[in-house]
Amino acid sequence: MLRTGRNRWTGLAYLTPALLFVLAFTVYPLGRMIWMSLHNWSLISPPRFVGLYNYRQAFADRQFWVSFLFTLKYTALITPVLILGGYLLALLTSQKSRLRSLTRTVVFIPVVIGLGVSSLLWYWLFSTDFGVINRILLDLGITDRPLLWLGVEADMSNFAISTSVVWKVIGFGMILFVGAIQAIPTEITEASLVDGAGYWQRVGRVVLPLTLRTVLLVTLISVIGSLLAFDQFYIMTAGQPQNETATSVFYVYLNSFPYLKLGYGAALSMVLALTILAFTVVQLVLTRRSEA
Amino acid sequence: MTATLEVIRTRTVAARVRVGRTGYLLGAVCIAISTVMLLPLLYSVLASIKPTAEAAEAPPTYLPHGVSLDSYQRLWGYQEGLLTYLGNSFGTAVLTIGFTLVLTVPAGYALARFPVPAKEVIFVVLLLALIVPYQALLTPMFLMFAQVGLTNSLVGLAVLHTAIQLPFSLYILRNSFAAVPRELEEAAIMDGAASWQILLRIFIPPTVPAIVTVTLFAFITSWNEFLGALVMMSSSAKFTLPVILATARTETSLGGTDWGMLQAGVTISVIPCVLVYLLLQRYYVAGLMSGAVK
Repeated sequence: MLRTGRNRWTGLAYLTPALLFVLAFTVYPLGRMIWMSLHNWSLISPPRFVGLYNYRQAFADRQFWVSFLFTLKYTALITPVLILGGYLLALLTSQKSRLRSLTRTVVFIPVVIGLGVSSLLWYWLFSTDFGVINRILLDLGITDRPLLWLGVEADMSNFAISTSVVWKVIGFGMILFVGAIQAIPTEITEASLVDGAGYWQRVGRVVLPLTLRTVLLVTLISVIGSLLAFDQFYIMTAGQPQNETATSVFYVYLNSFPYLKLGYGAALSMVLALTILAFTVVQLVLTRRSEA
Repeated sequence: MTATLEVIRTRTVAARVRVGRTGYLLGAVCIAISTVMLLPLLYSVLASIKPTAEAAEAPPTYLPHGVSLDSYQRLWGYQEGLLTYLGNSFGTAVLTIGFTLVLTVPAGYALARFPVPAKEVIFVVLLLALIVPYQALLTPMFLMFAQVGLTNSLVGLAVLHTAIQLPFSLYILRNSFAAVPRELEEAAIMDGAASWQILLRIFIPPTVPAIVTVTLFAFITSWNEFLGALVMMSSSAKFTLPVILATARTETSLGGTDWGMLQAGVTISVIPCVLVYLLLQRYYVAGLMSGAVK
């Protein structure tokens, strides 16, 4: 095919602005972060090369582990709920009916609002004295005094925040699952119907295997999102009690900004970025394998 | 043969009866789920219209006993005033949309239709932000922005939001430009049209849905983004809506949080997102599908 006026440089010219932008605002900061992580730097004193000292310090830092393990715990708590719940919602709402598609629209609404804003909403709903959740629990006689949901005890806070985030993001997985379920050719579902398979048998033998790729993808997105959690903890517990609910990103933020330990913050960022990368690779390998 | 058909028929009749009964049950489940999902938002709106004294009551009233706009009035005059914060949020979002489109429309066009040296490498570099979370890059970005005066500036924050949004936009646009039929393009080349004319006349019109999707996602990302805005903006006059609301929560916590005003703020922040989503739902869902199903 002859392509007149299509030389390689025209294409490059169209690409240049985006390429320069990414080099300046993603690649350069990434390089700078690696450089910073190898230096001791606190803004007041000039940066001093310290090799891997910041990394060694991180692995010996109690709060680093508290934050890291708490973030993993939060991820482990919320991911199964999001995936299983999202999938059940998708099974419920993927059928073509007015009510089902209305339900889908409604469940998706919280996905489009901000996490910060939804955290402010739930911060109030879970408030000890002013929140309606305690009011309901008291009125139903489930508890006889208001519960201290946020910022007093780490597991309670984790539970309350997870509840708010499930509300906020469960529609995301649901929508992608609905897309995958609706993409299954009708002949396949009809064939299994004729075979006399019950509903759950059909889900287990036909629907789930054919949508497995999307399940893995949504799991990946959810895990990464949870490992990067910040807004909800900053707003709802501010890391309390004693930074027990300060997530990994929260600890990076604390070191880099309020404490101004720039080199140390960068090393923590690197550990975080590598953790995310590891999860991405594992999930990609799994996805590839499920395709084969 | 007839026996099998008979079996299938009885099975389907039985199934239909079962479907009828479970159908109602599942309908009820749908309604229950929708109610649970909507209640928090509805409740926030109701709290925002409670009179000042009622909004501060503990335990809270279930439904407002009176209606007033006091909370909105306080929000209107809070610190630099609601209009400043709305302006900052909208300004940043509009700049983000502009930057994203200006960068990714030509780049998507080039990736879809031009022979480019080291194209694969360039594409991977452009999508780098997909695997490097921006949360990890904030410190070096902040230092860099501080050197060139982009901290505490809407333009700077929009640059950060653009960096977050760029890979998604590029991916979507490249794919929809690639789907434009080659015949149209070749006819235009025969007519001697320049490549930018071909972009405007041949490629943009059929990809308007993708451009709407990209615009929509850029708006939602920028409007809602919290951590970057928290880090980059140092003076309260430059705060975006979520940052000033988070501040309102902590500042007044000793003298008692102003719950009514906080929920008025939540309501105001939620409205544009929900409105845009309900109006452009089709584009939103299409964007998610094509962005995720790689």
